[in-house]
Amino acid sequence: MGTLASTATPAIADRAALRDFYEDYAACLDAEDFAAFPDFFTDDTLYQVISRENHDAGLRHAPIYCSSRAMIVDRLMALKEAALYQPRSLRHFISGVRITGEEGAELHAQANFLIVESLLEQDPQVLMVGRYLDRIVRTTEGLRFAERSCVYDNYRIRTTLVIPV
Amino acid sequence: MNDTIEAQPQERKWPAEGVSRVPAWIYSDPEIYARELEVFHYGKVWNYVGLDCEVPEPNTFRRSWIGERPVIITRDADGEIHVVENRCAHRGSLLCWQNSGKAKDLTCPYHHWSYSLKGDLMGLPFLRGVQGKGGMPRDFDKTKNSLTKLRVAVRGGSIWATYSDETPPLEDYLGEEILTRLDRLVSRRPLRLVGYSRQVVDSNWKLYWENSRDPYHATLMHPFLSTFGILRTDGDYHSVPLQEGRHEYTYSQYDPELRNRTSEASAQIKSIKTTLQIQDTDVVNSVVDEFNDGMMGAFQVFPTILVQQYFNCLVVRHIIPKGVGKHELVWTYFGYADDDEQVSELRLKQSNLVGPAGFVSLEDSEVLSLMQPVVEGSPHALQVLEMGGHGTEAQSTMMTETLIRAFYDFYRREMGL
Repeated sequence: MGTLASTATPAIADRAALRDFYEDYAACLDAEDFAAFPDFFTDDTLYQVISRENHDAGLRHAPIYCSSRAMIVDRLMALKEAALYQPRSLRHFISGVRITGEEGAELHAQANFLIVESLLEQDPQVLMVGRYLDRIVRTTEGLRFAERSCVYDNYRIRTTLVIPV
Repeated sequence: MNDTIEAQPQERKWPAEGVSRVPAWIYSDPEIYARELEVFHYGKVWNYVGLDCEVPEPNTFRRSWIGERPVIITRDADGEIHVVENRCAHRGSLLCWQNSGKAKDLTCPYHHWSYSLKGDLMGLPFLRGVQGKGGMPRDFDKTKNSLTKLRVAVRGGSIWATYSDETPPLEDYLGEEILTRLDRLVSRRPLRLVGYSRQVVDSNWKLYWENSRDPYHATLMHPFLSTFGILRTDGDYHSVPLQEGRHEYTYSQYDPELRNRTSEASAQIKSIKTTLQIQDTDVVNSVVDEFNDGMMGAFQVFPTILVQQYFNCLVVRHIIPKGVGKHELVWTYFGYADDDEQVSELRLKQSNLVGPAGFVSLEDSEVLSLMQPVVEGSPHALQVLEMGGHGTEAQSTMMTETLIRAFYDFYRREMGL
């Protein structure tokens, strides 16, 4: 099971740096820090939350589809200023961080995610489970997602998907 | 309210006020729910099951639902579309475990009974037993052990099924107004499947059904609509019940200048924030008017679908009941086989508007899932439906509940309530 991480040191980031990057991302979402969230992405990023069903069938529809950083900013603004939803706490659990390849100035990586949602008067429950499939670049400000596809295993979304994954 | 009424749940009487009141027990009574499935989904209606682009070529299949019954849409070797129950005629086990795929026949995993894509029983293992022992009786008739086959109708790219021989032809069931609106979206060009969003909501299916007949809430609970000028209470809007409440449609003419106007109506909505700016305006504008009519609209075909169009985002919402207090929404996003890259991208971008994470739909499932335990807790409470008066006629305003009243007018007749 030789992976790149065990055989060579990639130029963009090693596994430990990547793990830090992922943990910072998760902490940002757990804190609902919408102002900081877009800074994890490049300007021309592709950020999407897509079902495994669509992803595996080559169907492009994604319930959250942002083909630029600007669309991420728009989505967060819409959530904050023009959407109504119950108060909630989210906890992101990220595991299995792996570097899967390197192509030019891009690192390809993936990880598993588990998001537990807690609502008023209800027990915590799994909101979503799946994989991050990422292309990452290094900028002068640090690592950034050139693409983050959050491929969820859930057959269906429970009630709503509000906060980005 | 009253203990003696509570002790006799079978005596369900609609309030004397008529359709301007709705009793809360219709959302929580398991007997009412069971009767709805028999009278509606398994009765004399046409159920939407899917789009032809979901079974794109001969020898393909895809699963769907009618009420609580799983079905399979198949396209046979000759290209003909069939709908059969996903239930083996032998022991009732789930026949098809894959969500979609290619197959020349359907074989039950349990005892390997095998059916054609038309639903006919083709063979079963050990029909004559082993070494002269066991096997089926000599008079076992394969032709009498087919899958349950439904009557199927196809209109443009849409596929419909019914359990009843008495259901009128699909064209009559839908009627001229729905046919015009359906054809506009699914009959002019071959369809292309863009993808699904599936969502489960902990509320009775009728709460969702009413929600999409309720323009009153639209600009209040979905501040995004008014804020970005997609829809506003002082814009052009029509609410039209059809066939004495069975179906309905609503429509508005998109007005790109709407956002920049203030009026008495817009001032009443506290949630409008005119200072907000969106960076990627493709999401909230008519960039390509592909139907050349500037129309945005929605229609319901009882009892299964709401079809709604926002700009280039085309989507069928298929409402599947999952018990008295739960329903699933399957959002099937589609486009056309000859879509260019610009329109394809617009469809993806604008599908941020509607779906489980949609800017103008995420509030619906939030409010309905919070509403269900409340209506369950007070089954004899009455809902008030007096916006726009007490009638069930078409009205040219968003400030009306006429479509919900018209629905309950129809519902009471069908259910004998």
